[in-house]
Amino acid sequence: MAFNNSNLFKNLLALLLGLAFGLGLIIANMTNPAKVLAFLDVAGDWDPSLAFVMASALLTLAIAQRFIKNSPENLLIQSQSSCDGTQSGIDKNLLLGAATFGTGWGLSGICPGPAFVGLSSGEISSYSFFAAMLLGFMAFNWVNRHH
Amino acid sequence: MTTFAILSAIAGGAIIGLTAALLLLTHNRVAGISGIAAGILPPWTAESGWRACFLAGLILSGPLYRLAGGTITMEINGSVPLMAIAGLLVGYGSRLGGGCTSGHGICGIARLSMRSVVATLVFMLVAGIVVFGVRHGL
Repeated sequence: MAFNNSNLFKNLLALLLGLAFGLGLIIANMTNPAKVLAFLDVAGDWDPSLAFVMASALLTLAIAQRFIKNSPENLLIQSQSSCDGTQSGIDKNLLLGAATFGTGWGLSGICPGPAFVGLSSGEISSYSFFAAMLLGFMAFNWVNRHH
Repeated sequence: MTTFAILSAIAGGAIIGLTAALLLLTHNRVAGISGIAAGILPPWTAESGWRACFLAGLILSGPLYRLAGGTITMEINGSVPLMAIAGLLVGYGSRLGGGCTSGHGICGIARLSMRSVVATLVFMLVAGIVVFGVRHGL
């Protein structure tokens, strides 16, 4: 892999964006599983926070995307191919995957972003979740390779 | 019980949205954490580098926030084995479904992807049913 200034710059930017993303999750309190579960528990003492976090993030991103699309000087974009969002159609894998993810999310109140932030919590449950999540990623890769 | 803090929810959400926009602008990539995280596992590609950096930033955000004087509350009410089962389901499910809360729930819906709208509705509904089952009994 070529290691040039452009790569260094992109990696540094990615580090800063990861930091910002994590701070956003922390400020929004989405790193607290109890907060997420309180949103999912509509029959209990319902906490609508997650809906406001999502709405705010969605709105900000949707507005920003308009500017990005219209920007003629998108200098930093180097590659056009994208592995994200190229699939289309609602298939069995999408539904089954979302249902599987939803089950794990409902059991824990943790999704991948907060799982990474949780690594600095010192809680053994956080590490247990994180290690199993990586195993889940690897299991998917393994199953995919053998089909 | 948790308390609803609308301002921190909106501020945190805006930061997440802005970060996702900047990642799109600078890396031409969607800020889906499950996809980024799975991308640092073998087989490695040219994309693994920035992904590892992004995740390092994500991990370091906690210590940085605490260093600045903030406190992070993480209340996990579940045994270690239960969290392991949940982690396995979250890991496998997010890959099979092509995204998680960030990739489908925020980035996908923001670009009006029907797949993401459906995935988000499904995982929210299923998670809600699971929480109902655990907390109120089925």
